[in-house]
Amino acid sequence: MKKLNILILLIILTSLLAALPVSAQEGDNEVTDDEVNAIARELFCPVCENTPLDVCETQACKQWRELIRTKLEEGWTEEEIKQYFVDNYGARVLSEPPKKGFNLLVYFVPPIIILIGVVILFRAFKEWQGDNDYEDEDIETLEATEPETSENDSDANDYMAQFEEELKKTK
Amino acid sequence: MLPSLGYGIIVITFLVTLYSVAIALYGENKKDGAMIESARRAMLITLPLITIASAILIYLLINDRYDVEYVWSVTNRTMPTYLKITAWWGGQPGSLLFWSWLLSVFTSAVTLRKWDRDRELLPWVLVVTGATLAFFLALNVFYENPFKLIPAGVPTPLDGRGLSPLLRHPGMIIHPPAQYLGFVAVTIPYAFAIAALITGRTDDRWIRITRKWTLWAWLFLTLGLVLGMRWAYDVLGWGGYWGWDPVEIAALLPWLTISAYLHSVMIQEKRNMLKQWNMILIILSFGLVIFGTFLTRSGVLSSVHAFAESEIGPLFFIFIAFTFIVSFSLLIQRWASLKSETEMRSMLSREALILLTVLLFLSILIISFWGVIFPLLSELFTGSKVTVGPPFYERATGPVWGALILLMGIAPLSAWGHSTITTLGRAIWKPALAALIFPIVALVSGITNWIALSGFTVIGLVITVTIREFFIGIRARSQNEHLNENYFAAFLHLIKRNRRKYGGYIVHISMVLIGIGILGIELFQTDTQQHLALGEEIELAGYTLRYDRLDQFMHEDGRRITRGEMALSKDGVYIETLAPRFDLYPDGQPMTIPAVRSTLVDDVYVILVNWEGITRESTPFKVYHNPLVKWVWIGSYLFVIGILVAVWKDEDKKKV
Repeated sequence: MKKLNILILLIILTSLLAALPVSAQEGDNEVTDDEVNAIARELFCPVCENTPLDVCETQACKQWRELIRTKLEEGWTEEEIKQYFVDNYGARVLSEPPKKGFNLLVYFVPPIIILIGVVILFRAFKEWQGDNDYEDEDIETLEATEPETSENDSDANDYMAQFEEELKKTK
Repeated sequence: MLPSLGYGIIVITFLVTLYSVAIALYGENKKDGAMIESARRAMLITLPLITIASAILIYLLINDRYDVEYVWSVTNRTMPTYLKITAWWGGQPGSLLFWSWLLSVFTSAVTLRKWDRDRELLPWVLVVTGATLAFFLALNVFYENPFKLIPAGVPTPLDGRGLSPLLRHPGMIIHPPAQYLGFVAVTIPYAFAIAALITGRTDDRWIRITRKWTLWAWLFLTLGLVLGMRWAYDVLGWGGYWGWDPVEIAALLPWLTISAYLHSVMIQEKRNMLKQWNMILIILSFGLVIFGTFLTRSGVLSSVHAFAESEIGPLFFIFIAFTFIVSFSLLIQRWASLKSETEMRSMLSREALILLTVLLFLSILIISFWGVIFPLLSELFTGSKVTVGPPFYERATGPVWGALILLMGIAPLSAWGHSTITTLGRAIWKPALAALIFPIVALVSGITNWIALSGFTVIGLVITVTIREFFIGIRARSQNEHLNENYFAAFLHLIKRNRRKYGGYIVHISMVLIGIGILGIELFQTDTQQHLALGEEIELAGYTLRYDRLDQFMHEDGRRITRGEMALSKDGVYIETLAPRFDLYPDGQPMTIPAVRSTLVDDVYVILVNWEGITRESTPFKVYHNPLVKWVWIGSYLFVIGILVAVWKDEDKKKV
């Protein structure tokens, strides 16, 4: 009798344990459209050009979204699903090239070109400044000698000059 | 009969254009004015000729002449007449003819101007515009004949294939002409630049002559972009307006170089510097215009293979390469004479900051161009395709756009020639303080995202600084006893006195308004997709949408329309009924038409997710909440106003 009790207890315990992950999974089972789209929008349709998978209208893409749903229901993570798509359809399904090999060029070339531009520009500046390279003191004296109106900047002065000219005409 | 006549006229126009180019070159060589006059007249004849050819094409389109391949491919019997006319630019051969026609219009306008002061530039302007026109006409003559008949022996089709439904939206009807106007208009300043290089008249005369042309080009390039964005927002049904698609970027690239150019010419005019830069920018712009025309007209970017298969693809590249080689060798020859006459004295002077602006525009250009061509390079060198998508562009260009806006706030305060931290600081602290209202308002309304807060701060700075600029001028006028103007009159006269400057400031304001919209949608867009039964509700961002009705019916033009109705309410208060649609065209082409409720604060954007399969029991809806997106369109209207102010004829012509 005692043995039976223990057995029953064991059965209850094991079934409880077994049930735990089931109920946990059931919660996950309800995969919403939003959860599918969250992954689909980061993937690009493998057949149409430049269309994110979440808004792609083709039948094939619909099936791919279903695939994402199934994988999510099976408990796959976002990373695993993305990797699955990359393995099957190539790196083009990702919204950006993977950061390795030849693809590194896409990330490094623009900054390098821009940097070169900045360097050239900076050197040109130095060249332009040339002989009359202002020392700090010079700048201060220059400011001191600037007329009061400099507060309104030169454009305002431009305007005032033009304005005076106009006035002369109207007189 | 008519088709042959049309084709014949294109061939004749092509020959006339070649004649014009040849005789202009020969006449220039012999210094024979009569020959150059002949070249000028030949160029003027191209306009009526291409107009007649286009009129014939339009006649064929309107009258359902399906024995002509082009007519068959872009129209059908159910299309209304206005759509049949716009089918002129609805396909490759027709749009190339349209390009030639626009170029001919512009060239004629330029050719008709008074040339007395600039006689020596004329032959070269004729040569450059003529060569470009000849190239586009040659494409029609040899490869893409819009008047080509269907193969002999094939019975005339009873109906055509019709214009792609995507292109039947009003936005799409005016988007391509606006885009093309912008593209084509760039040819004119380019032609003058080349003429200036060849003749050695490297002063800023060519810039002054073409200033308005460039502004018009900029206006239409912007309109092209904005209309395309609007069309995407209203028709494509993916909740946004800009997807960093290669075709979109192709239209953006010349806009970037022209924007840079418009800024850097100011330095040349004021300080006689950066002449080489301006040449480089205008040459780049022209190259990018040809590149853009080519990209938007072919699916070349999808694959290197498509490029190899496209007949006209390689020709475009040869043409671009040719213009670059010729232009840049001319530029190198004249390099010394284009050297600056004055020097840059301070890193904070107006000219230095504008130069920085130019550099930032070019940085966006480099990033975007590289992103567009990289997938091709990858396929070419590694054999595997990659996608360069929105995250790449957003991350890379976002900070650069931000820096550009910051400069818009600072540069107007710096002085030409020389500025220091102190002078700049003295000018900026008041507007900067006032600008803090923007992030404060944002904070109060619950925004804590630091990108948004810093974005709103610089946007606020641009607005306060620009308003200050207006205010200084207005105050000066109104306080003057001789003028005795009230503030409003002073405001109008101020703009009238210096249209270019104040038009430019209006454009600055418009740009930051667009910036507000972009920040809103980029940072705060939310969405949800749910399958609903009648009576069920979706909640998003405080709004509730109740699914009330689903109808399905046939439209007289053969579309099968599925239309859902959703009642939009907020806090239990009914606002309006939104009716997203799904149109299925007879040829199987689906269209997802969103329903949008738009306010200054946010847009609620609903689509019927037809691609998930629609049933009455379970209808999939997708709702987007797009904060502030309306400011993109408001900014765009203001932009057009700003350019019109800048481009409008000055009342006194003494300036130029």
